[in-house]
Amino acid sequence: MSDRLAVRKTYKLYIAGAFPRSESGRSYPVTDGKGRFVANAAHASRKDARDAVTAARKAFPGWAGRTGYNRAQILYRIAEMLEGRRDQFTAEVRHTGASKAQAAAEVDAAIDRWVWYAGWADKITAVAGAANPVAGPYFNFSTPEPTGVVAVIAPDSPLLGLVSVVAPAIVTGNTTVVVASEPAPLTAITLAEVLATSDLPAGVVNILTGHRTELTPWLASHMDVNAIDLTGVPDGDVPALEDKAAENLKRVFRASDDWAGDPGTARMTAFLEVKTVWHPVGV
Amino acid sequence: MTVFEYAPAPESRSVVDIRGSYGLFIDGEFTDGHGEPFKTINPADESVLADIACADEADVDRAVKAARAAYERVWGAMPGAERGKYLYRIARIIQERSRELAVLESIDNGKPIRESRDVDVPLVAAWFFYYAGWADKLGHAGFGPHPQPVGVAGQVIPWNFPLLMLAWKIAPALACGNTVVLKPAETTPLTALLFADICRQADLPPGVVNIITGAGDTGRALVAHPGIDKVAFTGSTDVGRQIARTLAGTSKKLTLELGGKAANIVYADAALDQAVEGIVNGIFFNQGHVCCAGSRLLVQESVAEEVLERLKARMATLRVGDPLDKNTDIGAINSAAQLDKIRELSASGEQEGADRWSPPCRLPDRGFWFAPTLFTGVAQSHRIAREEIFGPVLSVLTFRTPEEAVTKANNTPYGLSAGIWTEKGSQILWTAQHLRAGVVWANTFNKFDPASPFGGYKESGYGREGGRHGLEAYLNV
Repeated sequence: MSDRLAVRKTYKLYIAGAFPRSESGRSYPVTDGKGRFVANAAHASRKDARDAVTAARKAFPGWAGRTGYNRAQILYRIAEMLEGRRDQFTAEVRHTGASKAQAAAEVDAAIDRWVWYAGWADKITAVAGAANPVAGPYFNFSTPEPTGVVAVIAPDSPLLGLVSVVAPAIVTGNTTVVVASEPAPLTAITLAEVLATSDLPAGVVNILTGHRTELTPWLASHMDVNAIDLTGVPDGDVPALEDKAAENLKRVFRASDDWAGDPGTARMTAFLEVKTVWHPVGV
Repeated sequence: MTVFEYAPAPESRSVVDIRGSYGLFIDGEFTDGHGEPFKTINPADESVLADIACADEADVDRAVKAARAAYERVWGAMPGAERGKYLYRIARIIQERSRELAVLESIDNGKPIRESRDVDVPLVAAWFFYYAGWADKLGHAGFGPHPQPVGVAGQVIPWNFPLLMLAWKIAPALACGNTVVLKPAETTPLTALLFADICRQADLPPGVVNIITGAGDTGRALVAHPGIDKVAFTGSTDVGRQIARTLAGTSKKLTLELGGKAANIVYADAALDQAVEGIVNGIFFNQGHVCCAGSRLLVQESVAEEVLERLKARMATLRVGDPLDKNTDIGAINSAAQLDKIRELSASGEQEGADRWSPPCRLPDRGFWFAPTLFTGVAQSHRIAREEIFGPVLSVLTFRTPEEAVTKANNTPYGLSAGIWTEKGSQILWTAQHLRAGVVWANTFNKFDPASPFGGYKESGYGREGGRHGLEAYLNV
């Protein structure tokens, strides 16, 4: 081993495709499974959350307007980039207390999850849409469309859980503001480096690190957020957040998943709106 | 030109038999309510039609327990094919008693008999017939091989389409194996109570359908009751918000079909006479008491003058009056409270600087009436362009480019429906793609079908009613 001193990474936020520090200037220490200091993570503020929503709203029309095929290729590209950084992610997941084998398995599963969702981008419309046989001279069809800006409160599973909640939201064209796991936020920011190099447009995924209880109520009550995924929220906090979400009738999703299991389609359909179009048939 | 006056053509009331008072329909029987009874009136002449029982919390509890018992003992376990046959029976009885239902609906609600007879009641029968067929095919609906019912559904419906909203709620719920407690609106309870009799004629097991009457307190008690598993509500966005808050933190499943402020977009190349018919249908159908009404007309600037001229000429031919007259186009406003709201919002339109116009129109002396009304010079910031009026009042705005039309159409917290009028196919599809609304009618408006999903984006609520998609609300998925 050389005596060379390692160059450490500053973990920042990921907003609008850039990596800013929290505007509040705050950070909080992240420790490993044994309580040893690993790094300081940005401690995002309510203002950062609002900036992230603005970025997500701005990115929404463009991302929703991409073809499914194009979104599929970008999600697949994310899997490729993640695969290339397999060792880095394995090391980072180990910081959260996993063994080397567990960490490697989690990274592999996370890569494969991007591949699974990538393939859905140009198929979910066929599965969740319909041509409806109405009783009259009309052509009538239903297509699922993205809900809009989705706030995602990620679970503590540092990589697989995170990917499992973000990928299904964006694959259909939604844009997101993600609150990373509070005790294990670092993989989220490293994942942002993957996203930033995968041709994912700026603002489609925005990642905040910090205190969940501080950020989540602002996202739940934000009038320009259309839906919220409460997966990473403790049960006791759910009633107050759902109460706030009712103000603009956000779609609220909560489920406890076994991240290693079959992801199914529920996490995609939770953030889709079915649009039905009628047109007369005639000559 | 000689104008022939229409002779009155009233539909006979003899087909309906309205009792002096009605109880609550719980566990297959009509029973007394323990709240303060209220009266339902005919909005066309303000005459009292009947005394209606009011369900208090204990009555709600009884109804929920009856529904639970029926779910556990009979309905939840019944083979889908058998449930389907009950629903087919109900559909058939609705067809058999269609005239009675249509007349009763028009008397209690104020809507024209032409509409209750030709739109509401046929759709009610169709809704039951359609969902009857799903009952034994749920495993093929895309929700897994053995989708399970949710349990007991608490359903609260509005007064604008009383029986049709009942059908939208009860048909899919029962097809999926749930039992229901349904509360009709307090101003329009009679067809729901007649439906209770239809359930009895169909030998539907007691407790599968329970109808409880009352106002807001009864509805609040129902949605808050811990014994229900699912809430379905159609009504105002404000009440929908309250219900979402009431359910916060519970495991109850919720679907909401709320308000709207639909844009009806007329491009310059549209077939203008058809578009004018669509505009009239979009806003004056059912007195404008329609959540998906085309209440904002967005007309391309180059044809605005011509469209307005034709629209005014067409509006002048609309016949406002006796809902039971078969020539009536616009019936009575459903209640004094709704009439006040329409008047207040229309007054705000004038105060904020829009120009108000109505055709010469003689309104009956008694009852609740409002002439078809059009506002021009409307800005997007005006209340009449932002708030749901739920009456026969159209706000007219103009646009120059398709992008501007879509931006204006989407500039609302609502997202229930929209209309597009153009002869250009690619423009229809482009516009439909960019509208943030759950139902888009192109070169038509206000069409409904049990096979077609209906429901909103944004603050128009969530969940879909109708079609395969409508099953999801009543399955444990």
